[in-house]
Amino acid sequence: MSEITLTPKEQPQVPLEAQNITPDSFAGKSIDEIKATEIWHGNIKTKIEEFFEVAGEPSENPSEIKIIIDGDVNKTKRIGQSMTAGEIVVKGNTNKYVGAEMIGGKITVEGDAGSWAGQDMKGGELTILGNAGDYIGSAYRGDWRGMSGGLITVHGNVGNEIAEYMLGGKMVIKGNVAIMPGIHMNGGVLIIEGNVVARTGGEMKGGIIVVKGVINEFLPGFEYLGIEKDIDVEGEIFKGAFHKFKGDLATKGSNGLVYVGVAGNNHIVPDKR
Amino acid sequence: MELVKNVVCPFCGTLCDDIICKVEDDEIVGTINACRIGHSKFVHAEGAERWKKPLIRKGDEMVEVSYDEAIEQTAQILVKSKRPLMYGWSCTDCSAQAVGVELAEEVGSVIDNTASVCHGPSVLALQDVGYPICTFGEVKNRADVVIYWGCNPFHAHPRHMSRNVFARGFFRDRGRPDRTMIVVDPRESDTSKLADIHLQLDFDKDYELLDAIRTVFNGHDILYNEVAGIPRELIYKTVDVLKKAQFGILFFGMGITHTRGKHRNIDTAIMLTEDLNAASKFTLIPMRGHYNVTGFNQVCTWESGYPYCVDFSLGFPRYNPGETGSNDLLQNKETDGMMVIASDPGAHFPQKALERMVEIPVIAIEPHRTPTTELADIIIPPAIVGIETEGTAYRMEGVPIRMRKVVDSDLLSDKEILQRILARVKEIKTASK
Repeated sequence: MSEITLTPKEQPQVPLEAQNITPDSFAGKSIDEIKATEIWHGNIKTKIEEFFEVAGEPSENPSEIKIIIDGDVNKTKRIGQSMTAGEIVVKGNTNKYVGAEMIGGKITVEGDAGSWAGQDMKGGELTILGNAGDYIGSAYRGDWRGMSGGLITVHGNVGNEIAEYMLGGKMVIKGNVAIMPGIHMNGGVLIIEGNVVARTGGEMKGGIIVVKGVINEFLPGFEYLGIEKDIDVEGEIFKGAFHKFKGDLATKGSNGLVYVGVAGNNHIVPDKR
Repeated sequence: MELVKNVVCPFCGTLCDDIICKVEDDEIVGTINACRIGHSKFVHAEGAERWKKPLIRKGDEMVEVSYDEAIEQTAQILVKSKRPLMYGWSCTDCSAQAVGVELAEEVGSVIDNTASVCHGPSVLALQDVGYPICTFGEVKNRADVVIYWGCNPFHAHPRHMSRNVFARGFFRDRGRPDRTMIVVDPRESDTSKLADIHLQLDFDKDYELLDAIRTVFNGHDILYNEVAGIPRELIYKTVDVLKKAQFGILFFGMGITHTRGKHRNIDTAIMLTEDLNAASKFTLIPMRGHYNVTGFNQVCTWESGYPYCVDFSLGFPRYNPGETGSNDLLQNKETDGMMVIASDPGAHFPQKALERMVEIPVIAIEPHRTPTTELADIIIPPAIVGIETEGTAYRMEGVPIRMRKVVDSDLLSDKEILQRILARVKEIKTASK
């Protein structure tokens, strides 16, 4: 594995757009050529070396390249966009769109990530050790086809509308979620280990959502299917008792499933008529 | 005194086109038919202060300069900025907006209009799920069920109800008595007092209530006896009224676009409207605020493919409200130069956005003294469209209406100012190559 280290100099106030920081773009380039690779600073075209020190060993093959961003890049967007192979490790925070449209390979963000991380993801693995913003693993604005493959894991908390229009793949959130996880979800698996504020699975038509924590408010448009123990979600067994719901029945032909841990969630079971 | 007839009111999205202006010595001294808000716009009610000359901030003072100098300085700021923002556009005509989009492309700017703090969520939702819309004429002549969701037209669009609900139509010859009016609002408002059914839902629960209504309409029961503070029986009764409508219309405003969930509230409201067409004829119209806010979304879409929040920084249009919205750029401190035209963010943006506006150069193309011009480094006063110059505007449901010129002005129009800035920007860019 050839390691290429990018050490950020000062991060500018006007953000950088660095969709060229991927193993695919670096493959077959010398260190000097990598330094001269184009990134955008607002509406100005600039080079990686203007904002990063570059060192390491180049390689011909993207799957042999590991890019280490050794520092905080909270003003750099689109790191690892559309990457197909190799590995990126960010030893700090990133701005928006990390791993967007990712097809393969592996990205680890050791700090926080901005919104739209893993947008339209098709494959590969994206791990965020800190918190992440809104629209994690969502669709492109206005599209009705979201994340279709791969695995996103967030160890911290996330914002609104994660897994929007999700079609496939898997997302695991270990922290808490704001509103509307799995909105318009059509497939795939969303596991939430923490709590959710409201509107889990709004307008979902397919896919499976598992919430282990407490849901503050649940939508009225679901059908209650009773309590199920030790559920099997696409081969993975979740121990314990779960309330099972089908919906969202506000949407025609809906067939999504929501499992909610029994502990602390008795307030969301249906009222007797 | 001269009477100028068929004047179009340049205030709200209702765009009333039956105003008569009383003109004396090239000044409007009174109006007939206009509402109180429109009337004050025409006669420049007490307190309104007009700028007569361009001004530039020099030290702590604003100094009068020529149009040429103000335009030169504006062009320099726009060219120098790495991520300029051009915001506003909703109180000017479509041809000025078209020049604005060209200018944005030329300087690699983000161009955004006031929709990003009003009906932007509606625009996002209609991209996701569609736009079953109709014109005011159809509402007046056909509608027998009228819903006002999260809006208070009695005060915000004062002639909206008199022109659409109380007015007699071809198939509704008694006017208001032939229609069922439903108001959905957590508050008791002057509009809700006129309603047949007032769904006084809990604040921030629009999505939950819509989810329940859609579920019941689709033939399923809901989980809870009360949703958003509305009892199950009343939800069933409402669905019954909606199903039996011959022609239904849903008007919706800020009370649903900016409560929790934002564009997802509109998304499910649009889907409800679509569902309802299985049982009746149902349409919707957003209650747009500024008189030509719809026009900017139209112009920007036909020029760039996107309705607002369009980012030209890489030379081609990109779009993502949440990243390229005015407030996102200001609050994340991404933008480094701002041009405001035909709107007043100084009065309406949150504190954190204003803090950034203080840090960066701000250009205001604005006829009146406003909180924005207080923050501005350059003020360029234009003639007011619809009063001092003519132009085209789009009514809230997308009908273009030609606006008249009523009195003369020696100020340049928005379009002329923008054309001169654009010409100067092109010169500067050619010279630097």
